[in-house]
Amino acid sequence: MDTLNILLMGFISIVIVNNLVLTKFLGICPYLGVSGRIDMAFGMGLAVTFVVTLSGTLTWLLDHLILIPMNLEVTRYVCFILVIAGAVQLVEMYIRKFFPTLYESFGIFLPLITTNCAILGLCLFINLWGINNLLEAAVLSFGAGIGFTMAICIMAGIRENLNLADVPKCLRGAPITLITAGLLTLAFMGFAGMIK
Amino acid sequence: MANKSPSQPGIYKQTLLAGLWRENPVFRLLLGMCPTLAVTAAVKPALTMGLCVIFVLLCSNIVVCLIRNLLKPHLRILMFTLTIATFVTIADLFLKAFAARMSETLGPYVPLIIVNCIIICRAEACASKNGLFVSIVDALGMGLGFTLTLCILAGIREVLATGRIFEVAIMPDAFVPWAAMSMPVGAFITLGLLLGLVNIISKKKN
Repeated sequence: MDTLNILLMGFISIVIVNNLVLTKFLGICPYLGVSGRIDMAFGMGLAVTFVVTLSGTLTWLLDHLILIPMNLEVTRYVCFILVIAGAVQLVEMYIRKFFPTLYESFGIFLPLITTNCAILGLCLFINLWGINNLLEAAVLSFGAGIGFTMAICIMAGIRENLNLADVPKCLRGAPITLITAGLLTLAFMGFAGMIK
Repeated sequence: MANKSPSQPGIYKQTLLAGLWRENPVFRLLLGMCPTLAVTAAVKPALTMGLCVIFVLLCSNIVVCLIRNLLKPHLRILMFTLTIATFVTIADLFLKAFAARMSETLGPYVPLIIVNCIIICRAEACASKNGLFVSIVDALGMGLGFTLTLCILAGIREVLATGRIFEVAIMPDAFVPWAAMSMPVGAFITLGLLLGLVNIISKKKN
């Protein structure tokens, strides 16, 4: 029961309270770039969720089974980025084979998941928070992906409506998106302190 | 610009200046947003971050430029990333050894330089196509442009959030600090308004 409780708290915390996009500024590039349409945002969110779950778990295993016992922590960043690049390659091949239309609509953004800071950021945060339990690491990684999906979908929903709004000319495009994101983080600040 | 021969005089100056305004990585290309937003609560971490990025950008541009003829097209991005990761590790270890407190403040944002799009973008767009000196100058220009932008943003936020800059109070006593400026919301809104300002200025210039 205790374990379940910790896992549930961790999950809620990373989805809402410590949302990577809104409080840690990770994954801002796709957050601003792909959030034009809600269906694409959702697809992107799912792809990121998959990659982040896979790479969060794998990097934890790599870190604890190979790097720490062999005192190779220095090579941690190089190894992490290799694992992430491999995971992205896997997702890319899978989507190209089974969902060709989705693959077409992603275009360049799919390989760019490799350089999505949310993924490397999460692997580093798991390391920083000193998570020493595989299950916890997996749940946190999955939660991070869900949190990213939620943030990007909310943003896409707002932006679809923003198209109809009369925005001052100099603020059109990226500036108003950033300001909207700012207001969104303000809303999410209400959750701060709910869970440690 | 990329196809001009390096012998042409003035190209170095042009490349250097491009990073500062015309192709400013943050204001114009919207690259490297994560560190821009995350470390700009105060000027000091912003400056450190900028220096780290200059170092990594310079080293990775030099290496990529030297090995550009050996690169296979489909493995190129992976090679870039590995090169960058190596130099980021060096920068991170250096910070941990000589500026432990700063390293703690910046936390995971130093290793996150690996996935900073500016560096991969310059490796791909400049270093893998141009000669050594153009690549070095380009790295310096882009790095300086990035650092400058970071410092401007951090300066605005620090002054409004605490009323002081580099520990020196510059606001009158009656000034009430805006706590929100040091929080994520301040980062997003300040950058949004700055981008709007840049749009106005560049329109006037044309």
